[in-house]
Amino acid sequence: MTALVELRDVSVDYAGHGGSVSAVQNVSLTLGENETFGLVGESGCGKTTLSMALMGLLPSSARVTGQLLFRGQDLLAMSEAERRQQRGDELSMVFQDPATSLDPTFGIGYQVAETVRAHRRVSRGESKARALALLREVGIPAAESRYADPPHRLSGGMRQRVVIAAALANDPSLLLADEPTTALDVTIQAQVLDLLAELQRKHGTTILLIAHDLGVVAQICDRVGVMYAGQLVEVAPVVELFAAPRHPYTRALLEALPSRGRRGRSLRVIGGQVPDLSDPPSGCRFADRCPHRMDVCATVPPLVDSDSRRRIACWLDPATRATAGLPPLPAAPTPDAPIAVGPS
Amino acid sequence: MTEQTRTVIDRDPAPLLEVEGLVKRFPIRRGLFGSGAVHAVEGVDLQIHAGEVLSLVGESGSGKSTLGMCVTGMSTPTAGRIRFAGEDVALASRRGRADFRRRVQPVFQDPRSSLDPRWPIERTIREPLDAYRVGSSVERTARVAELMDLVGLPRHFASRQPRELSGGQQQRVAIAAALALRPELLVADEPVSALDVSVQAQILNLLDELRNRLKLALLFIAHDLSVVEHLSDRVAVMYLGRIVETGPVERIFSAPEHPYTRALIDAIPHADPGRKMSRIRLTGEIPSPVNPPSGCRFHPRCPVAVDRCSTEEPQDTQFDEGHSAACHVAAAGLAQRRSIISTISEGATS
Ligand SMILES: Nc1ncnc2c1ncn2[C@@H]1O[C@H](COP(=O)(O)OP(=O)(O)OP(=O)(O)O)[C@@H](O)[C@H]1O
Ligand SMILES: Nc1ncnc2c1ncn2[C@@H]1O[C@H](COP(=O)(O)OP(=O)(O)OP(=O)(O)O)[C@@H](O)[C@H]1O
Ligand code: SF4
Ligand code: SF4
Ligand SMILES: [Mg+2]
Ligand SMILES: [Mg+2]
Repeated sequence: MTALVELRDVSVDYAGHGGSVSAVQNVSLTLGENETFGLVGESGCGKTTLSMALMGLLPSSARVTGQLLFRGQDLLAMSEAERRQQRGDELSMVFQDPATSLDPTFGIGYQVAETVRAHRRVSRGESKARALALLREVGIPAAESRYADPPHRLSGGMRQRVVIAAALANDPSLLLADEPTTALDVTIQAQVLDLLAELQRKHGTTILLIAHDLGVVAQICDRVGVMYAGQLVEVAPVVELFAAPRHPYTRALLEALPSRGRRGRSLRVIGGQVPDLSDPPSGCRFADRCPHRMDVCATVPPLVDSDSRRRIACWLDPATRATAGLPPLPAAPTPDAPIAVGPS
Repeated sequence: MTEQTRTVIDRDPAPLLEVEGLVKRFPIRRGLFGSGAVHAVEGVDLQIHAGEVLSLVGESGSGKSTLGMCVTGMSTPTAGRIRFAGEDVALASRRGRADFRRRVQPVFQDPRSSLDPRWPIERTIREPLDAYRVGSSVERTARVAELMDLVGLPRHFASRQPRELSGGQQQRVAIAAALALRPELLVADEPVSALDVSVQAQILNLLDELRNRLKLALLFIAHDLSVVEHLSDRVAVMYLGRIVETGPVERIFSAPEHPYTRALIDAIPHADPGRKMSRIRLTGEIPSPVNPPSGCRFHPRCPVAVDRCSTEEPQDTQFDEGHSAACHVAAAGLAQRRSIISTISEGATS
């Protein structure tokens, strides 16, 4: 796997009154060329922050540390102008709510054409032709006749297609899709996921798909990263992650999902609450809720390769332990070990 | 099916809630061309028995919330009948209607919108008791504590304000308040949609437990079908104001009859990469409820539509005890199966 993006120890803090919020802490991650990578985790765990850091679109209150490498170039070392250039050439983003990404007063075709012109010196005629081609590619029926329609004439699913068309205007090598289907109905969501998968196959675009719905990620991603309270806790190929989650949080999360096998039984509850990120625990951020907590968990477990395909940040894992010179635990807890603890 | 098995399946014959031919239209003005109406709910029949969870599913705009609002009395139907415990709600006396509003309680998607941000949660939970003057002041205080226990809120939370609680805890408060008057039916409109997976699990467990402990009936409105499959006894699928299929949850999920139900179930993204998504993929969008398509409302998107679908509205066909769907093709399939069976059995007897 050739790396397109490499994050090394990336942390993001938001300054605010009454202290700072540690939204992302020491995240290391590699995105390969041609890969669809899913980033999952519950609300507030830092998914959007991380993707905005990649885009260079964080508010000025945010402080980013670590290294963000794109084709080996450190994004944080670039000037603002270089960054803008690089973003225009290589990156695109699709957000949850298509309504906010489109201007309500202009025709959808015109908006896509303008995006084309923003990236490339082309005539109006050429940009229109390219916009039409993009609209057709994302499956807008009768693209010519809809070209001048303002966004409100389109359904949510169609609007999201238009946003995706605009995002493809610069032929990006990395497409960041932040909850692109969360606002859509399931049948429409299925269509949009199909579209993303097809575009990925056709253009070889690397996609970073952010979702809180594990099902969405399971459908189209090659690999998945799980975040908890600002820390990336586990990274694995999608099949392996769902078949055999290793991090206690990933396991708990999967156990909390209603699924066919669990009908009529109660769902597993993760006791306790997500820590306050303005005053996070100093070690593993899942420690307060983790049934396996040990003394060493007061130190941040580094995210390391557990085997050739999986990375994990947990002091139960032999690879993480080895980084601190700790011997493997005598018997690793099985995936069935109880997760639920304490009152909810 | 023999008479004997039928009696086993039949539960309490009198439903707690019975909705018949319910219609709700919203008049709209449309520019220069006069007025029209949003056909939000168009002739819905449904029943809920005590202690039963009936889920209402369907895409955005299909009329689920509108139906829920009519059932809780927050919205007045344009036509149709709602009977609660055998009594027609529209014909009830003022006292009868107040009684109905006590026995049927709503729970909404966003707990923040149903909680007063300035009130400590104890006051929110107590409010319905005060409004209906239930018991003495001391008894009300005791009932608040009991309700907090019931929904799993620690008692020391009593004086907290909503913003000091997590989303799941806020939803517990909303549920506690809804339970204060000992309702028999909760109408929960997307009660877990705004919550994270781990928090959602708590609320689903709570609803399940309440149903078992209090014999509470639940009209559960949701768009997440895995949640529906987990919690429901029966499922009703809505499309553009109509219930197109209704039946026991296992049947709806394993062998749906209506093509729309099949497409919905096929579109569920499963957290199981081995299980591939969607065999049937719907094209197109939900049409406008102002001008619903002729014939079967689903025909412009239906992958198996036949000629008559665009002209003739399909009627409900019963496929099994408590399982019916409105589809020409499914009905024809059933008729064919029946005729084959009868041919075989005739052949066997002759
Ligand atoms: N501009 C900001 N200033 C201060 N704190 C912020 C800011 N933006 C986000 N945060 C905080 O940073 C943390 C991470 O937020 P982020 O939006 O990245 O989470 P997320 O995983 O995308 O969540 P969601 O699933 O809800 O979109 C949260 O605790 C959030 O409250
Ligand atoms: N007060 C109203 N005035 C006019 N139209 C309305 C009103 N309330 C609902 N509608 C319309 O009625 C139809 C049904 O809406 P409803 O909210 O019941 O759908 P729903 O199935 O709950 O959708 P969702 O899944 O998005 O919540 C929609 O077309 C909606 O726009
Ligand atoms: S590092 Fe410790 S507290 Fe954190 S998940 Fe692993 S065992 Fe639990
Ligand atoms: S009646 Fe016709 S259009 Fe409607 S669902 Fe059945 S086959 Fe499809
Ligand atoms: Mg986000
Ligand atoms: Mg609704």
